[in-house]
Amino acid sequence: MAVKDRIPVPELEPSKRKKNFMEVSLGYTFELAYQEAQRCLQCKVPTCISGCPVGIDIPGFIIEIVRGNLKKSYEILKSYNYLPAICGRVCPQEVQCEGACVLNKMGKPINIGALERFVADFASQEGFDDERGKFSSSESIPNILKSEPDKVSALKSKKVAVVGSGPAGLTVASELGKLGVKVHVYEALHEFGGVLVYGIPEFRLPKEIVKREVLQLETLGVELFKNIPVGYAIHPKELLEEYDAVFVGVGAGTPKFMGIPGSELNGVYSANEFLTRVNLMKAYRFPEYDTPIKVGKRVVVVGGGNTAMDAARSALRLGAQVTVVYRRTEAEMPARRAEIHHAKEEGIEFLFLTNPVKYIGNESGKLIGVECIKMELGESDESGRRKPIPIPNSNFVVEADIAIEAIGTESNRFLLIQFPDLKTNKYGYIITNEYGQTSIPKVFAGGDIVTGSATVILAMGAGKKAAEGIVRFLTE
Amino acid sequence: MNQEELNNVILRKRKLAYGVHDVWIKNDLIGRQAKPGQFVIVRISEKGERIPLTIAESNGEAFRIVVKAVGKSTYELCSLNEGDILYDVVGPLGKPSEIKYHGNVLIIGGGVGIAAILPIAKALKSAGNNITVIIGARTIQDLILRDEFTFADKLLPTTDDGSFGYKGNVIDAMKIELEKENYNVIWSIGPAIMMKLSSEIATKYNIPIWVSLNSIMIDGTGMCGGCRTVIKTDNSEKIQYVCVDGPEFDGRYVDWDSFIKRLNQYKEQEKLALERYLKEVGEPTWL
Ligand SMILES: Cc1cc2nc3c(=O)[nH]c(=O)nc-3n(C[C@H](O)[C@H](O)[C@H](O)COP(=O)(O)OP(=O)(O)OC[C@H]3O[C@@H](n4cnc5c(N)ncnc54)[C@H](O)[C@@H]3O)c2cc1C
Ligand SMILES: Cc1cc2nc3c(=O)[nH]c(=O)nc-3n(C[C@H](O)[C@H](O)[C@H](O)COP(=O)(O)OP(=O)(O)OC[C@H]3O[C@@H](n4cnc5c(N)ncnc54)[C@H](O)[C@@H]3O)c2cc1C
Ligand code: SF4
Ligand code: SF4
Ligand code: FES
Repeated sequence: MAVKDRIPVPELEPSKRKKNFMEVSLGYTFELAYQEAQRCLQCKVPTCISGCPVGIDIPGFIIEIVRGNLKKSYEILKSYNYLPAICGRVCPQEVQCEGACVLNKMGKPINIGALERFVADFASQEGFDDERGKFSSSESIPNILKSEPDKVSALKSKKVAVVGSGPAGLTVASELGKLGVKVHVYEALHEFGGVLVYGIPEFRLPKEIVKREVLQLETLGVELFKNIPVGYAIHPKELLEEYDAVFVGVGAGTPKFMGIPGSELNGVYSANEFLTRVNLMKAYRFPEYDTPIKVGKRVVVVGGGNTAMDAARSALRLGAQVTVVYRRTEAEMPARRAEIHHAKEEGIEFLFLTNPVKYIGNESGKLIGVECIKMELGESDESGRRKPIPIPNSNFVVEADIAIEAIGTESNRFLLIQFPDLKTNKYGYIITNEYGQTSIPKVFAGGDIVTGSATVILAMGAGKKAAEGIVRFLTE
Repeated sequence: MNQEELNNVILRKRKLAYGVHDVWIKNDLIGRQAKPGQFVIVRISEKGERIPLTIAESNGEAFRIVVKAVGKSTYELCSLNEGDILYDVVGPLGKPSEIKYHGNVLIIGGGVGIAAILPIAKALKSAGNNITVIIGARTIQDLILRDEFTFADKLLPTTDDGSFGYKGNVIDAMKIELEKENYNVIWSIGPAIMMKLSSEIATKYNIPIWVSLNSIMIDGTGMCGGCRTVIKTDNSEKIQYVCVDGPEFDGRYVDWDSFIKRLNQYKEQEKLALERYLKEVGEPTWL
């Protein structure tokens, strides 16, 4: 059977987007979305669903686009996914839903992410996205409650604290808020959204979208408190006394450094610092905004994940010439394919099979270059990826006044040092059961602080599971 | 909790010296929870940067900071008046000081560092320690809070010009004091160079010395890594995050040279920001 080509998503041209933070992907129009939706085979056994961590009824929401019933389509999406406008934009679709679509065998998979985004954006444009109280997103929660109306009313007298307002925390708040539970969200930063606001840049995820989601939580009666660092401002003991259950979704925000000589030089950033200055503090608008940033003429970014791509593309937009240094090959890069593609289009240079060994500074402590070594791939390691091994005597220097390390993060110890009873594994992540319940029965956890740095949709999925666990716990 | 309790209104404001202001801010949560050695991070406006300031005192519903105007954000903070509201205040942050019985304690404060040692000195006194406090500034006019240390077992004020107390700086006074008396532990808070020099002396005498590092911060929760500093012990060299692992460290192990260089990372931008600000507001008569 002939398969029609995948309908491309309109994008800002590289030359038009290299100097600003405008969203790169413009999204489908109704016409284009309709054409793409028609390509879906509506499989009897839709393999795509098994690729989505929250199991969205993908053919279901797509057929409603074809039928022109976008409200229905949105309801379907929303019943599985609390943040479709965000996931449609940032999910690594090629290894999830789209990776599992049957059309991969015959050509290009359905652009499920772009369709999801289209429906969600349309819903907010048309204003039917705030009837959210009607959409119950966890199918299983109503099941627990169905036969027992007493439990439903019992929930209304319960209080739950959510620590951290990343995708995991926001999902828990929404799920419980809908059931009438009194929810208090505590966030240490001055804005809500976690990585969605401080990490992922505007050109991939406009902050307006995150704001909208937060506003909707307020309409559910959820109370959100910013600038509250739980741990010192509110001791975990007090949370346990005051609330019937607590959800911990504090993320894996602490950046790792390679620890190579020269890491303390001025000009060496973690990606988190660089991105926070840009995204949260708007340092790219200094001096109109007070937070400064060093832009540099030549920037080296170390790493191959989404964070590395975001840092590289932000630095480029600030006017630098950017080189990404990655110790494996392009095939092993964990970043979303679309972002690697965008980065290349924008003129970012890649040095694969290369790893920094030393930062070189001048007498005043400023970075002037990064000494690197060439690598080759050896045997596969535990993660199944081939291990990069340095090639002796292959060192060379890349000139740079800024280096940004994006080599991963670790458990955020800020709360955990105040919460010694909470059991963690050897990496410092919280141990939970499948419903997110921790070693303290009242305390649930989910997202990056449980799994280590993962994805938005997995954090959301964990939030849903934990909400279900909390409902069971509160109604037992 | 309710939002009104956290309204961050300036309740009281007093000028202590030129460019040094004493400010009480309403915030029940911080007022209740603050412990000696902890700090807050403040943002003055929607476009403002996040600046860390030590909590000098707290009383259950408000807390006190002492700010020294050194750049755009601190100039702006000093220009606010009673009744004004701070845009964002987050805290308390950082590990509290190690308050317990140590025995003989020498506590040194220089410049605005005097405000930072005030709550620590009080708490150490209450924990039964015998405390000697050295406070120093350039002249008598700059020697802030000198009448608030009456509880100390011994108070040694110093001024560079000799206009009050001992003529000389706190380092000179420290040396003399260590010759006279045995101390079990030292606290030293002030400009980086003062903390560095006092740490060198403490190393010589082999006495633990707590310093409070004032590294450049953003989030204050261990998320950005910007505040990182190198701590060198006998056999290891570790990167530590001042906001969560500190702000207090044993000064004998701090890599002072890289620390001081990192404080100057944004010198050019800071200068530009201040010039631009002064152009906009004119002479900073309020300082
Ligand atoms: C630069 C970057 C790009 C990424 N790109 C993608 C992508 O394209 N697609 C994708 O799927 N995933 C991506 N990810 C990963 C994804 O963002 C995370 O997996 C996800 O955000 C984790 O959600 P979370 O709710 O667990 O925690 P977070 O989003 O980390 O949120 C945790 C929140 O808790 C707050 N907090 C921490 N401690 C406390 C405390 N003690 N008190 C109060 N609040 C506290 C933090 O300030 C933060 O706001 C990216 C990550 C980064 C850093
Ligand atoms: C834990 C801690 C406690 C502090 N307590 C006090 C205090 O009680 N009273 C007081 O007056 N000052 C205190 N400081 C210093 C204060 O934060 C800086 O003076 C202030 O941030 C300067 O901002 P500015 O815009 O006025 O000056 P700028 O012109 O921006 O900078 C002047 C100098 O201040 C430092 N600085 C700049 N930005 C920051 C930043 N975001 N974080 C930290 N330092 C920065 C740099 O070394 C810089 O060279 C403390 C700092 C830390 C880290
Ligand atoms: S939530 Fe993510 S994985 Fe699931 S269908 Fe949407 S884009 Fe695909
Ligand atoms: S597998 Fe692909 S073609 Fe089949 S239903 Fe899913 S999206 Fe449509
Ligand atoms: S201020 Fe960001 S990690 Fe300490």
